[in-house]
Amino acid sequence: MINVNSKTLLEVRDLHATVGGAEILKGVDLTVKSGEIHAIMGLNGSGKSTLAKVLAGHPSYEVTRGTLLFDGHDLSALAPEDRARAGVFLAFQYPVEIPGVANNQFLRLAYNTVRGQRGEEELDPLEFDDFVREKMKLLKMNPDFLDRSVNEGFSGGEKKRNEILQMALLEPRLALLDETDSGLDIDALRIVANGVNQLSNKDNALILVTHYQRLLDYIVPDYVHVMEAGRIIRTSGKELALALEKHGYDWIHADDQMTEARP
Amino acid sequence: MSAALQNLVNQPYKHGFVTNIESDIAPKGLNEDIIRLISSKKNEPEWLLAFRLDAYRRWLNMVEPAWQNVKYPKIDFQAISYYSAPKPKKKLASMDEVDPELLRTFEKLGVPMHERAALAGVAVDVIFDSVSVATTYKEKLAEVGIIFCSISEAVQLYPELIKQYLGTVVPPGDNYYAALNSAVFTDGSFCFIPKGVKCPMDLSTYFRINTEESGQFERTLIIAEEGASVSYLEGCTAPRFDTNQLHAAVVELIALDDADIKYSTVQNWYAGDENGVGGIYNFVTKRGLAKGRNSRISWTQVETGSAITWKYPSCILRGENSVGEFYSVAVTNHHQQADTGTKMIHIGANTRSTIVSKGISAGQSNSSYRGLVRITPAARNARNYSQCDSMLIGNQCGAHTFPYIQVQNNSAQVEHEASTSRIGEDQLFYFSQRGIGAEEAVSMIINGFCKEVFQQLPLEFAVEATKLLSFKLEGSVG
Repeated sequence: MINVNSKTLLEVRDLHATVGGAEILKGVDLTVKSGEIHAIMGLNGSGKSTLAKVLAGHPSYEVTRGTLLFDGHDLSALAPEDRARAGVFLAFQYPVEIPGVANNQFLRLAYNTVRGQRGEEELDPLEFDDFVREKMKLLKMNPDFLDRSVNEGFSGGEKKRNEILQMALLEPRLALLDETDSGLDIDALRIVANGVNQLSNKDNALILVTHYQRLLDYIVPDYVHVMEAGRIIRTSGKELALALEKHGYDWIHADDQMTEARP
Repeated sequence: MSAALQNLVNQPYKHGFVTNIESDIAPKGLNEDIIRLISSKKNEPEWLLAFRLDAYRRWLNMVEPAWQNVKYPKIDFQAISYYSAPKPKKKLASMDEVDPELLRTFEKLGVPMHERAALAGVAVDVIFDSVSVATTYKEKLAEVGIIFCSISEAVQLYPELIKQYLGTVVPPGDNYYAALNSAVFTDGSFCFIPKGVKCPMDLSTYFRINTEESGQFERTLIIAEEGASVSYLEGCTAPRFDTNQLHAAVVELIALDDADIKYSTVQNWYAGDENGVGGIYNFVTKRGLAKGRNSRISWTQVETGSAITWKYPSCILRGENSVGEFYSVAVTNHHQQADTGTKMIHIGANTRSTIVSKGISAGQSNSSYRGLVRITPAARNARNYSQCDSMLIGNQCGAHTFPYIQVQNNSAQVEHEASTSRIGEDQLFYFSQRGIGAEEAVSMIINGFCKEVFQQLPLEFAVEATKLLSFKLEGSVG
């Protein structure tokens, strides 16, 4: 929700980033305050997933220009694990499989790392088991998944639920959801969206990267941004997503009178 | 390979120090006189000298094998000293009289030589270069009739047992390095579990090479009589030298009816530096004979050290219903080479074998699994299951699998599965995005990969192995 008094969580200015020498982000500006939900839309190759990865610190991407502030601190100076510990979370578009590592073991280590960061005591395996099972109910997950290897042999829907479960455990201050809706059937989409909504509050913020408006039926954004060729070219309220759905991305260029809202 | 991975694998070797101790070293070189010298130093009976000389003469006529997938310069067998023993100040009456320098060495290595400070329930035989320097818990084991001592001592005290079993599983002319060992072996452990006795504690031997130009040629012989069982552990380290030392051991296991021998190794010989200079050549013959009905021989090995590891702990399943097992983790980094695996020879009816091999390669290292499963014509209803998994860290290392399967009885069931995987940047990024650093991530992935093997290790060893692996691979991720 938009609140004039809320604190700025993320401030991106003139961000340029390259992968393998090719410039993908060419001057992104974006401000996200706590309590807000932002949607970033755009065609394939417009740079929206890259933006999410750069924010999370993927080692293949290099920031070549611009600033990246999280809670007033320079995010680009931090290793990805330190960004995660500071509260930046990326729900992956394609969560990787990690054979041989049990999900409960992985989740517990991640959870205890973040707790340690906050100066809280670690949970032992039994305490953690109770805690994680409670969180899994939120996403209507089968408990047997705890004993399986991380994402190994999971269906697309299970993988995405696992991402949101991790978000529920880690309670990030800024969550980047990279096409979390892709590959989900309508029931799974509803469950995942419901989970995300319950996790959203006045102290954290969400950035949804998506192609389609249908996710936004369930998670209602405060702002919708459109990316093209590595920049945000249009920002507006949730009605922008509906207009894009109806008219397609080309419509943005046809309708150049539309005024830009706060970037 | 990312920098984080690289740092992970490139930790220094912890056990690379040299103990400054006065040693009794034989002149370099190998000839019949040297063999006579070793035999007389050990005050051996005539038949054992004959055994050695026979082996030596066979060795002279053998050709060094070249089929293995490892590369090393030709070994000059005349440049090695075949006997090196720390000089005792006087005859030892108890452990308290062991040279304090030696005690400190093993303390530094974490090997308990004082029984009061020992690991709960592990008896240890400690081999320093060519000789056994101490064996703990001997008296306690003797109460139940178990003999656990150095092989030199056994030759003096139980010559009949040695004569009956030595060389029966690995004959002197078995292979080039077994023949060499049979000619010059200096010490090792001997263990005899009499009929019906379940050994009340784990037995363990700790091998330490200290002298730069000596080889270590130890000989281990374990016999479990009818219904007996024992769990045996072996650990190894060596100082860091720029030269290569040869370690050519022979281990023979014999299990009679219903007997059970479990042999676990954590091998951490010095592996050479990051440029491949120095390190141990670990050319070892290990073989178990499941001689009796329902007997079982189980090998578990965690191979992390040595410049070159070349060994195939094997089982000859002669007794009906006998069982052979081989669980292995072999880790190579930098320029290390490993060609390791097993042989399961099925002779008796209803014999079963299981092979689980996990190879992990990092740096520019090469790791090969080589295994033979042979079902002989008499082995009705024999079964084998083999699983060989390889994991690559980075993109300059290699993993190879050479399975040999020979089936001569059509009632056999033989299964072989293999896989290759890689620790990728995307996996590490996934971990780091959840707040988990590369080091912990690799350790978690590797432990997951090796789980089936670690589960076979006695608890103390499993903890040690897990630590060793994380340590070993520190810096390989990146």
